[in-house]
Amino acid sequence: MEIQSHTISVLVANEPGILARVVGLFSGRGYNIESLTVAETDARQSLSRITIVTKGTPMIIEQIKAQLDRLVPVYRVRDLTVEGPHIERELALVKVKGTGEKRVEALRLADVFRAKVIDAKADSFVFEVTGNSDKVQTFIGLMEALGLVDVGRTGIVAMSRGGEAL
Amino acid sequence: MKPEESATTGADLLVKALIDEDVEVIFGYPGGAVLPIYDSLFKQNRLRHILVRHEQAAVHAAEGYARSTGKVGVVLVTSGPGATNAVTGLTDALMDSIPVVCLTGQVPTHLIGNDAFQEADTTGITRPCTKHNYLVKAVENLARTVHEAFYVARSGRPGPVVIDLPKDVLMNKHDYTAPPKVAVEHKSYRPQTKPDPKKIAQAIEMIAHAKRPIFYAGGGIINSGPKASKLLAQFVHMTGYPITNTLMGLGSFPASDKQFLGMLGMHGTYEANLAMHGCDVMINIGARFDDRITGNLTKFSPGSKKIHVDIDPSSINKNVRVDLAVVGDAGLVLEEMIKLWKAKQPKVDLKALKAWWAEIEKWRGRNCLAYKPNKETIKPQYALERLYHHIKDKDHYITTEVGQHQMWAAQFLKFEQPNRWMTSGGLGTMGYGFPAAMGVQIAHPDALVIDVAGEASIMMNIQELSTVAQYQLPVKIFILNNHYMGMVRQWQELLHGGRYSESYSESLPDFVKLADAFGAVGLRCHEPDKLDGVIQEMIKIRKPVVVDVLVDEAENCFPMIPSGAAHNEMLLGPDDKAGKVSDEGMVLV
Ligand SMILES: Cc1cc2nc3c(=O)[nH]c(=O)nc-3n(C[C@H](O)[C@H](O)[C@H](O)COP(=O)(O)OP(=O)(O)OC[C@H]3O[C@@H](n4cnc5c(N)ncnc54)[C@H](O)[C@@H]3O)c2cc1C
Ligand SMILES: Cc1ncc(C[n+]2csc(CCOP(=O)(O)OP(=O)(O)O)c2C)c(N)n1
Ligand SMILES: [Mg+2]
Repeated sequence: MEIQSHTISVLVANEPGILARVVGLFSGRGYNIESLTVAETDARQSLSRITIVTKGTPMIIEQIKAQLDRLVPVYRVRDLTVEGPHIERELALVKVKGTGEKRVEALRLADVFRAKVIDAKADSFVFEVTGNSDKVQTFIGLMEALGLVDVGRTGIVAMSRGGEAL
Repeated sequence: MKPEESATTGADLLVKALIDEDVEVIFGYPGGAVLPIYDSLFKQNRLRHILVRHEQAAVHAAEGYARSTGKVGVVLVTSGPGATNAVTGLTDALMDSIPVVCLTGQVPTHLIGNDAFQEADTTGITRPCTKHNYLVKAVENLARTVHEAFYVARSGRPGPVVIDLPKDVLMNKHDYTAPPKVAVEHKSYRPQTKPDPKKIAQAIEMIAHAKRPIFYAGGGIINSGPKASKLLAQFVHMTGYPITNTLMGLGSFPASDKQFLGMLGMHGTYEANLAMHGCDVMINIGARFDDRITGNLTKFSPGSKKIHVDIDPSSINKNVRVDLAVVGDAGLVLEEMIKLWKAKQPKVDLKALKAWWAEIEKWRGRNCLAYKPNKETIKPQYALERLYHHIKDKDHYITTEVGQHQMWAAQFLKFEQPNRWMTSGGLGTMGYGFPAAMGVQIAHPDALVIDVAGEASIMMNIQELSTVAQYQLPVKIFILNNHYMGMVRQWQELLHGGRYSESYSESLPDFVKLADAFGAVGLRCHEPDKLDGVIQEMIKIRKPVVVDVLVDEAENCFPMIPSGAAHNEMLLGPDDKAGKVSDEGMVLV
């Protein structure tokens, strides 16, 4: 059966151990995690949102969602990939070291990718680039030849299009 | 009154909360971290505490108590080794969907994470083997957490819940919170119990049009409560269709009923497995398409439309893709199905059904459980037939250990009612049966409670003889002693060229003397014609009894579907050769 990638949004109670429950579920049952992001999104009600990108056959994807939904502190599980159009974004910090021609070229490409310079020294830059994962990946790829020394990525956050809430 | 005066210690709050949750018995073992709880228990007389001899046994006893009463079983253990000893029991309860609340002691909150004396990361260790767990960090949350834990354990698909209790939380003071009078909805956990009427209608449509139907009912019926079993029988009788049970579902339908085909699966009957293989509509209610049932998935019931009724959406389409999923409580689903069936009065295809039953009767005619009786040695099957003969008219409960004896018990004892049969199905835990029997006996003091055991399994929790002696629990341990880890030996014979590596039960104790040493009664039997007398004596003695029944060492458990094979590739007896095990089959357990 064909392997598909799905982006799943999980609304959870922000309580101790919740991330361990989710991650333990994936490792314990042998599911993939391609990307995982988590942060509190509603301090008043103490809610966190976890965005997971995972891969599997349709049957496995269905299992993953059912297993997540079974966790006691999970409010809702939404498969953004099947529920219609959605937007995915990722942010990366990209450190590039170099001088002369390479430095100029890095700056020029950053401009093309609308990456911001958030730190600059005589021989280095830290860029902040945002976009879908492909764009972020392409930018990092281009920097490799120009003195890339360090990358930090947030992983994907995602949301459905239109007015509806999770 | 100042709050401090009205306030109670965490340990007292806990006891109060347990009483409010209708708890009558706790199975436990003390230690430093739970001393405040033991102190509170000492000062009251509403809760009875049963002191086990190993924490694993406490959990199994709570499981036996829970499965035979439908209530939540309660366990109390200390921090560190107390908690880690409970892990096997918790895993067992998780696999078999048994409601248990396990209270574990913990080092005081300010020491957590410091490798303090008898510290273990209990919530970390038990996260994958519980339905849910809690670490109570402040006494203010204690009572509420206890009430929530009981709700989580017993609702939806039942399971074990751990509450980890740091010692300072047990000693701090706070006011009590009673459980909510009317059930309040949990903020995030809301199991679906009421089925979707559209799905019920679709199910009835499929069931009514079946030509070769079969009901396949499992532990979910037992979980739902005794009413579900009544409704199941009613519905099955209304349709006239055949029914089979899983190991966990035994007792959900009366075994003596004509429509009952016996257990299905790896050691199920010929008729049940062939009916599953050849059916056109399969009606699964509260069973989970376990691998002991399906065998080779690609060859599993290839021509059928499948309906799956389950309270847990994660059970659906996990192993087997089904055509119609009905999420809900088995009892409520059956109620709706019966209503609609009555309203619609569907005309089932009686001619097709008659032909189907004729085919089933042919399979039944193979008499697949037949064995060759012997005048000199006791066949294990014979021992169980005789046991059943003597107990069938008595109020009895059966537990088992794990192995061949367990499968023979499932095949040869007849279960007419739910909640009378406790066995470790999912985890297959040797050492389960004896402590489970203690739990059953505590709940049903006057009943005849028998652990059908193997000589190897019984050694795994034999220390509990001390517990049954202390509380004078008249549990009977009926050992089918074949001097082998028989189930292991059987696989070695059939799959590993008869190389019996480490499966002989060496240096066994003298079980009669052992019983005597613990203050129980020991009996032994090796002649078939003395067996009846020994069983009668066992039943008569109002004390714990260990019966060492020396049985044929070489007997194998049939029918058997070898790993990786299909339902129609069953071995029926010693003359069938297991030439059918593929390479893929050999890697399966
Ligand atoms: C040595 C050995 C051999 C074995 N051989 C066999 C064999 O030959 N045949 C056999 O059948 N088993 C056998 N087993 C047992 C097997 O491993 C499984 O434990 C068993 O088959 C599972 O039973 P079940 O499908 O009824 O599910 P259970 O484990 O009882 O699960 C119950 C299902 O019902 C659902 N449920 C729970 N509550 C409700 C409710 N209120 N309403 C609706 N649904 C609910 C649950 O979500 C779950 O899906 C063997 C075990 C051992 C140790
Ligand atoms: C705790 C545990 N360890 C190992 C096993 C593997 N195992 C399954 S059956 C069995 C042999 C059981 O022997 P016995 O209790 O004598 O029963 P018999 O099969 O002979 O009836 C073993 C070792 C298990 N199920 N549980
Ligand atoms: Mg044995």
